[in-house]
Amino acid sequence: MLSFIARRLALLIPTFFGITLLTFALIRLIPGDPVEVMMGERRVDPELHAQAMERLGLNKPLYQQYFDYIGQLASGNLGESLRTRTSVWNEFTTLFPATLELAFGALIFAGTFGLLAGMIAALKRGSLFDHGVMGISLTGYSMPIFWWGLILIMLFSVNLGWTPVSGRLDLLYDVPPVTGFMLIDTLLSEEEGAFLDALRHLILPAIVLGTIPLAVIARMTRSAMLEVLREDYVRTARAKGLSPTRVVVVHALRNALIPVITVFGLQVGTLLAGAVLTETIFAWPGIGKWLIESIGARDYPVVQNGILLVACLVILVNFTVDILYGLINPRIRHQR
Amino acid sequence: MSLLDIHNLNVRFGGRDAPPVVEGLDLSIDAGEVLAIVGESGSGKSVTMMALMGLIDHPGIVTADQMQFLGHDLLTIRGRKRRQLIGKDMAMVFQDPMTALNPAYTVGYQIEEVLRQHLNLKGSAARKRALELLERVEIPAAESRLDAYPHQLSGGMSQRVAIAMAIAGEPRLLIADEPTTALDVTIQAQIMDLLLALQRDQGMALILITHDLAVVAETARDVCVMYAGQAVEKGHIPTLFDAPAHPYTEALLAAIPEQGQGERLATLPGIVPGRYDRPTGCLLAPRCPYVQNRCQKRPALEPYDRGAVRCFFPRNMAPGEAPSVSAEHRLEVGGHHYAH
Repeated sequence: MLSFIARRLALLIPTFFGITLLTFALIRLIPGDPVEVMMGERRVDPELHAQAMERLGLNKPLYQQYFDYIGQLASGNLGESLRTRTSVWNEFTTLFPATLELAFGALIFAGTFGLLAGMIAALKRGSLFDHGVMGISLTGYSMPIFWWGLILIMLFSVNLGWTPVSGRLDLLYDVPPVTGFMLIDTLLSEEEGAFLDALRHLILPAIVLGTIPLAVIARMTRSAMLEVLREDYVRTARAKGLSPTRVVVVHALRNALIPVITVFGLQVGTLLAGAVLTETIFAWPGIGKWLIESIGARDYPVVQNGILLVACLVILVNFTVDILYGLINPRIRHQR
Repeated sequence: MSLLDIHNLNVRFGGRDAPPVVEGLDLSIDAGEVLAIVGESGSGKSVTMMALMGLIDHPGIVTADQMQFLGHDLLTIRGRKRRQLIGKDMAMVFQDPMTALNPAYTVGYQIEEVLRQHLNLKGSAARKRALELLERVEIPAAESRLDAYPHQLSGGMSQRVAIAMAIAGEPRLLIADEPTTALDVTIQAQIMDLLLALQRDQGMALILITHDLAVVAETARDVCVMYAGQAVEKGHIPTLFDAPAHPYTEALLAAIPEQGQGERLATLPGIVPGRYDRPTGCLLAPRCPYVQNRCQKRPALEPYDRGAVRCFFPRNMAPGEAPSVSAEHRLEVGGHHYAH
């Protein structure tokens, strides 16, 4: 197990360089530069422009800039935003809890309903429910997030008025940030009704973000479950006289979860990508919105290092999933 | 009264009009007896046992005139009541031990599960009993095996665990469905010996499903030979082996390799007909070397002195012994032939 972890860690080094190179190159491929954006689009005094570029070190040749960037990273410095002059790390840590809260909400939504729907569909294979769930999940999977988000806002926020249109909390409430997670902070604060308000703000974006993972998890659970239900050990469990619930949950589901957990881990990447769109639609102050705005402002340090941090996160999650996999599946745990 | 009594068991898949997979089977076994059910793959042995255990799912349909076990009517009890019987009074050991155990749980957990379910044993009491059961099935270093996962066990060891699980509820009837087929030859004898020792010591009845006639010769007293979903011959050891009455039994016996004989083994041409390809007459007729005109009708299972036989022209009969086998009464419309 230890050598397994070591090998996985060693593989991270080239991945890491790949990511830095990609973000570094891609943001520079977009026409325009930070100074131009800052000065406005009408008139850029070429002299001022050159001066500013020199001050930011953006006049150097590209390879030089890249080496400077790597050198900076090596010293543990993520740099500071060209717009706000605050450190990228600080901005990231301030905004990240919002994204995490949204992603958690989405995962809980997708996990609960995906597992349930997939399981029932497998048990009632070929039924109307089965076809319904599979049809809807295919639709959900193919739905563009931004469109789906707007439709839900139109229906639930504008027409029915059940949920707020955007943001994390109503302006009425004054909640001091303690953990950065609005649901927890509102509970800690004395403000009455703030928690419910935060929850109402979270529901719609979580559903929008969770739709694709929900579809994937439902389909995966169904097929894994169908496979497991045919296994001999399920027959053995039934021959023991166990209740159908126990046979399905204890004996079948546990084994069906193995592939589902993997998919769960892979969905985290999808989730963070989806967060960019979802946060933009719902004006959710998380890293997705932050990155979009930074790209617009050609804020090179933020884009490069923000994406790097997100990538590290995805890697970390997949790593955790690999270890979790070993916990669920004893056959993997015992492999050298 | 017998421990288990079944009359006219039929199992169908895909509607009441579908051709039966098991047809008109009568079985009975007394407490503490060993009954062997013999036949090729596809003869309906396993399906019969699954029907006994109540494990035939939709769209399978089980019908019978009678299905009594331990004073319970298996045709009417369902759900919880039925589940209280299976795994406890009636338990089963399956063919492939490597897939019959759940890979996600330890051996101890899987045995204790039965104890918890049927005997209400929990915690350390259950663990202690599980350990005793592992020792009972002669697993070496039983204590350390309790926390082992199935993938850490060999095939023979897994089958011992499966047997421990089956006898955990102290069943009155143990069904062993080809318990040694998937094992190495050297292990097969050990597992058979273990099963028979347990059967004797615990005084439980054993239904042994097998296609290994050598095993039958050594273990059972009563034998039922099945072919294409029907019982074709019933008898006792050793008379059934010395003088098989049904051509199919005769053919099975002729296919046993004997030491020191370099001859080619006799085989029956063809395969067991699928349920949609069954002939209207005697089911064996297309493969039978003694087939005659009369075999276009289907013979009934006819009892006689030494057992029962389903053949118009039984073999190896002493003068005057042969039963007069009549054609079977069949409720089929115009001898409808199920073909594709």
